[in-house]
Order: sequence, then C-alpha cells, then structure tokens
Amino acid sequence: MEIYLDNAATTRVYPQAAETVLKVMREDYGNPSSLHMKGVDAEKYLRDSRETLARLLKVEQKEIVFTSGGSESNNMAIVGSVLANKRLGRHVITTRIEHPSVYNPMEFLREEGYEVTYLPVDEYGLVRLDALKKALRPDTCLVSVMAVNNEIGTIEPLEDIAGIVRQTNPHTLIHVDAIQAFGKMKIYPSRLGIDLMSASGHKFHGPKGTGFLWIKSGTKVHPLILGGGQQKGMRSGTENVPGYAGMGSAARLEFDHLDEKIDRLYELREYFIENVLKIEGTHLNGGRYRGSFSMSQEGMAGHCAAPHIVNISFEDIRAEVLLHALEEKEIYVSSGSACSSNHPQLSGTLKAIGVPRALLDSSLRFSFSYDTDKDQIDMCLQALGELLPVLRRYTPGGRKRR
Amino acid sequence: MLFKAFLIKYGEIGIKGKNRYLFEDALMDQIRYALRDTEADFEVTKEQGRIYVEMNGDYDYDEVVDALGRVFGIVGICPVIISEKCRWEDLCRITGDYMEENYPDLNLTFKVFCRRADKHIYKPSMEMAADMGEYLLDRFSQLSVDVHHPQVSLNIEVRERVYIYSIEIPGPGGMPIGTNGRATLLLSGGIDSPVAGYMIAKRGVKIDAVYFHAPPYTSERAKQKVVDLAAIVARYAGPIRLHVINFTDIQLAIYEKCPHDELTIIMRRYMMRIAQSIALEEKSMGLITGESIGQVASQTMQSLLVTNAVCSLPVYRPLIGFDKNDIVDISKEIGAFETSIEPYEDCCTIFVAKHPVTKPNEHHICRSEHHLADVIDQMVETAIKTQEIIDCG
Repeated sequence: MEIYLDNAATTRVYPQAAETVLKVMREDYGNPSSLHMKGVDAEKYLRDSRETLARLLKVEQKEIVFTSGGSESNNMAIVGSVLANKRLGRHVITTRIEHPSVYNPMEFLREEGYEVTYLPVDEYGLVRLDALKKALRPDTCLVSVMAVNNEIGTIEPLEDIAGIVRQTNPHTLIHVDAIQAFGKMKIYPSRLGIDLMSASGHKFHGPKGTGFLWIKSGTKVHPLILGGGQQKGMRSGTENVPGYAGMGSAARLEFDHLDEKIDRLYELREYFIENVLKIEGTHLNGGRYRGSFSMSQEGMAGHCAAPHIVNISFEDIRAEVLLHALEEKEIYVSSGSACSSNHPQLSGTLKAIGVPRALLDSSLRFSFSYDTDKDQIDMCLQALGELLPVLRRYTPGGRKRR
Repeated sequence: MLFKAFLIKYGEIGIKGKNRYLFEDALMDQIRYALRDTEADFEVTKEQGRIYVEMNGDYDYDEVVDALGRVFGIVGICPVIISEKCRWEDLCRITGDYMEENYPDLNLTFKVFCRRADKHIYKPSMEMAADMGEYLLDRFSQLSVDVHHPQVSLNIEVRERVYIYSIEIPGPGGMPIGTNGRATLLLSGGIDSPVAGYMIAKRGVKIDAVYFHAPPYTSERAKQKVVDLAAIVARYAGPIRLHVINFTDIQLAIYEKCPHDELTIIMRRYMMRIAQSIALEEKSMGLITGESIGQVASQTMQSLLVTNAVCSLPVYRPLIGFDKNDIVDISKEIGAFETSIEPYEDCCTIFVAKHPVTKPNEHHICRSEHHLADVIDQMVETAIKTQEIIDCG
C-alpha cells in the first residue's frame, strides 16, 4: 500500500474536485467571456469558486484573482505591487527562508535597481522582529513574509510583523505567501492587517495549475499578464474554468470540519515526532508545538509549527539514499523542498536556521494531509527503524557507530 | 525550389571489393531507418554504384538532411534537382535558374561536369559541359570558369531523367551500422560512455548496452537518464538494447568486505565480468568503455591493467587518448551533453573512497576479492538473471 507523506510538495486531488473538473471539461466547457448561455454557465463556476474562497477567508469576492498557481501569485504580488506603487519607494524586505517563487522575483527587483533586505531567522525559523524594526525605512514599499515555511513548517508571527510595519510605516504593503498555510491553518488576511496573500490549489487537494491572489480592495497591483482583460484586467487569458471550479470544490472540502481535522493532525504530528526521535541519531528541525500567527498568544513563541510538516535530520545518512530506500517500500517523502530537489544548493531554510553542515544533506521532510492516518505513520516509523541501521552500515560515520 | 532527391556519397565502402554490395545494402537500410521518423515519402535506390534518396511530394528539407547527417557511412549529401529530358535550350535555362537560385551572388568560379548514362541524347559529355559553361557565362557576367579549383562544381547527369547538383553537405563518415559485428557498451550516466558508444558505432558496429543500477543509492531518474542517453546514441547507432543490472547487493558486499581504497577498482572488475557474460549471451564480440588514461583513479594505466585482467573479450576504449574537452565537444555535437550533465547520481559516484588506490596491484586486489568468495558467485548470477531489458531508440 502506498504511503504518501509528501503533501507539502503536492496533494492528491479530492475525488469530488476531480469530478467537478471533469464535468466542466465535458459539459460546461464554454468560455466565460462568451455572451451566450454556454459562457454564462461557465462563468457561474468561477463565481461559485470565488464565493467559496471569499467566504472561507472572510474577504470580499472581488478581492480574489485566479492565477496559474502559487508561483504566479507570488510573482504578481511582488512585482505587480512594486510596479504599481513606485511612489512608495524602492526598498523591499523579505526573509532568508522564502520559497524560490518569492526569492527570485526579489532578485529580479534587485537587478532592476531596488534595494532588498533579507531578514535573518532564529533557530526555529522565526523571523527576527528586531531585525525587521531595524530594516524598515520610510521608502520601504513592500514587506513579504511567508505564513508557513515549506521545508520545516515554521509559523511566522504575521500579526506581530503586520503590527510593527503598520506602526513604523503605514503605507508599506504587506504580502504573505500562504501557500503552505491555506487549509492547514486558520488564516484571515483582512484581520491580520495585510494587503496581499498567495495560495495554490494543488497544495489543498485541488488541481495543479490553479491558485489565487487575494488583493485587499484599494491596493494597487499591476497585472503581469496582459491581454483580453479577463478578471477585470487583473489577469488576462481565458480562465482555467475546470481548474478553478475544482480548486473551489477542494477548498470547500478542505475546510469542512477544519478545527477537528487540525486537532487530529497535530496529534498525529506529535506522535510521529515523539517516536521518530526515539531512533538514535535523529533531530527535529523547527518547532514542535501547536501555534498561531501571533507571538504573544499561546506562550509557545518560537517553538511552533504547522500541523502537516515535519523535518528530521538523520545522522550518518544521505537523505537521498534514505528517500529512495523508503520509496522501495512505497513510502514517499521529500528531501529539502521538492520543487528545488534538483538544485540541492538552494535549500536555504536549513542553512538559515543553523543546521550543522554535516546534517544539511541528511534531512527529510515528512508532510501529512487530512487523509494521513496513524497506521501509515506507524508503517513509516517501522520502515525508518528497519532501514536506518542497515543504511548506516554503509556510511563512514555509521560504521563507527556500531 | 524543392530538391527532388539526394545523392549519397560514401567513402570507404567504395574500396571494399567484392563485399561492396553488402556495405551498400547496409547503408541503404540505415538510410531507411534514419528517415523512418520523418514525414517524408521517399525511396532509396541504387543505380550504377550511386545511392539516391528520391523524395515524393513535399517534405521538410532540414529534417531530412538532419536525419541523413546521422547515417554512418555517408560522406556527403548532395541535394539534387531533377528535370525530365527536354530540349537542350530548356536544359540550359533550367540549369541557369538553378545557379541563380542557389548562388544569388554569382560572383564565383565554377566548372561543369557532365555524365551521360544515355549516350543517345544531347552531345558528347565533354562538349555538353563546355557548351553549358558558355551558356552560363553568357547569362551571368559575374561568373568565371576555373577548371582546377572551382568554387562550385556543377554536375549534370543524364539518366532516365536529368539530375543537377552542386552542393555537398558533409556526412558523418564512418561505416554503415551492421557491417562490423556487435559490441557491448558499459553505459553510465556520464559524459564519456555515450561518446564511446557513438565512436565505435561509427565504425559500423551494432551496439548493446549494460547499465548498473543501485537502488536506493541511485534513483529511478538516474536510470531514466541512462535510457535517454541510450536513445540519443540510438539516433546514430540504430536501436540499442539496454540491459539494466541491479548492482546494489554486490556493491554493498564489496563495501563491507573489502578495503575502502579498493572499492572502485573491485566494483569495476565485477562490472566488467557481468558485462562480459551479457556480451557473450548476446553474441557480442567485444566490450566498449569510455575510459581515458588518467582521467580518474580507476583509469590510470595500472587500474586499467587490473580491470582489463578479468576480461577475455577485447575491450574497446575509443576515448583512451582523448582529453576531457575533446570528449565534451563530441558529446555536445551528438546532442548528449545536456542529458549527461543532469544532476542524478550514478553508482560510481556514491561509494567512492576519499583516497582510492591509483596504482592497484592485481595480486592485492585478488586477495581482497577473496573475502567475497562465499557470496559473490551467487550474487553475480542473481544480478544477471534478474536483469531488466529496455529497448531504446
């Protein structure tokens, strides 16, 4: 039986969402811009999906722009907002542990003459608020911080960050990459006091090639894709109607009984961590406990993580070998961030939180979904227990261990 | 203007005496194989010692020339226009138009060559050439004749129809696949081995390949990369049968029981032994490796000596005297480089000692291998028995 523990890379589409996609493709295939009935029927799916997302986020429907996914949302939020708000200044702030779809647009801005400050993080991956305070300037036009780190699951203190930014420089825009958070954390962008928020459909059991950007009304963002003026000109191109319908349907399912599901997932996560740390030579990277977007609450500041991501370092093991050994048992996990696994040098988070050099290449990410059950976790733990001693027989450090 | 045919020039085949027709037939087969995937409707014919590829209807010129450029044995590819036999004046006009279209500048020297299979038409070949030259000089004042070193050699051949050509695109040379037996290539995911396979195939040798897979130390993607590389070589060498050997147990046994500085050399000796067994089964007459003297520890003269000692078949090492740069150049030329440098591990790079022996001694190595005695024969047998076969290209 297949055990898929790589849900931070992508998820399996909910059957109901897949059915929606198929139905739209086969029956309601019209172009939402067409004037006839076929177009009107198609447009209805977009409206439904937008309405669902708006309801779940407690925002206005008109504030949601559909995109091709997380990367496009991040690109649009960063490049588009800076282009449209040149008068705010030419300084932007982000962190050292962002996903490449934030990091690379930032580097693009830097090449275009903007100044970019990369904030350091502490040993749990938490943005250093003192560094943020120091970095903010009157000409800072954008602060972009992720909600949940994709490699180790750190929850960033978004409320505190937004508070500091608003206090220092009320005009500065705040973007949150919520791609790993949406559906796994309760996140309400207008309450957080931010301006832009990205999400990706395939991270919550929707189809790939779908995502959205929430843009607080009144916030100016320059579109990156110009053309026929779809989505009020914010994102041209005939809408991916089946995809967006499927994403809406997936979001509905993901948020159904969300509180209970989050509780259960945290229990599962703790169970996994507790047992995996019993194995010799293992270390947890990032926080262990349940948390929120506020430092002041919960009293666990700095030790918190999202419910679905666990990152473990295994001494004297090469992550890739362990990954393939687990794969032989049909257990699928990830080394670093799957998107960048082909470029191991890019795995910045572990470096940024100070994981020792020897362990950088020895870390695996296990990421769960609401479909993950305890049996699967047990089987994964059992497989690790069996594989580690065998694999360590064939590594220099592991030989000494015996 | 659409060229209606290609005259195929071949080199070494011409001197093969009584076997000549075998070589020509193999070349024609390879041309048909290379053109199989193009959209062109074509016919390969042999007439009086010349091979023509005649095209029926529309086709993509670049695609066809590209495909022919991968057929070993071809020295030159001449795009030809074909005219029906017509009045002499019309033939002159057609030839003049041809020149105008292919050499817009026309500020060049030329010479006309004529050949007639049909001796009853027009005039004697020499006379025909002279008259055609005169016509062209009259029509284009920029042209001049140079009978010793012409920039353009204009050929007119009268057969059932009239063939006109002057352009020669160089082919890859070598000998047609299938004219020189069969050999087994040790294919890794690196830069060298695909080039080695290409070079031996170029001498007309049909190629099989062996790849050593070591899951979980090497990934599915590393294997896929080797399949891709085999398919790239197969564009030149024809279909390649890839034997995938699961090498993990053998590699782990070596790691556990033998001195670490000898790991690579012992591993390579087992690879050669296994490759040889497969070669013998496939009725292959030799092994091919991408080794080049001194490139890495396992390719010093001493290491090659010790590796070679386990083989009774000849081991062909076409890159033996090449520098890495030269190998990279060929790899790029045959379109393998981009694939070769994909970053997936192959099994040679994982179990590498910090300081491997560079001057191994066969006697020592044999003694080390003796530690494996109780298990290794069974392991080798299992590895060969459980091989996976993938047909590439």
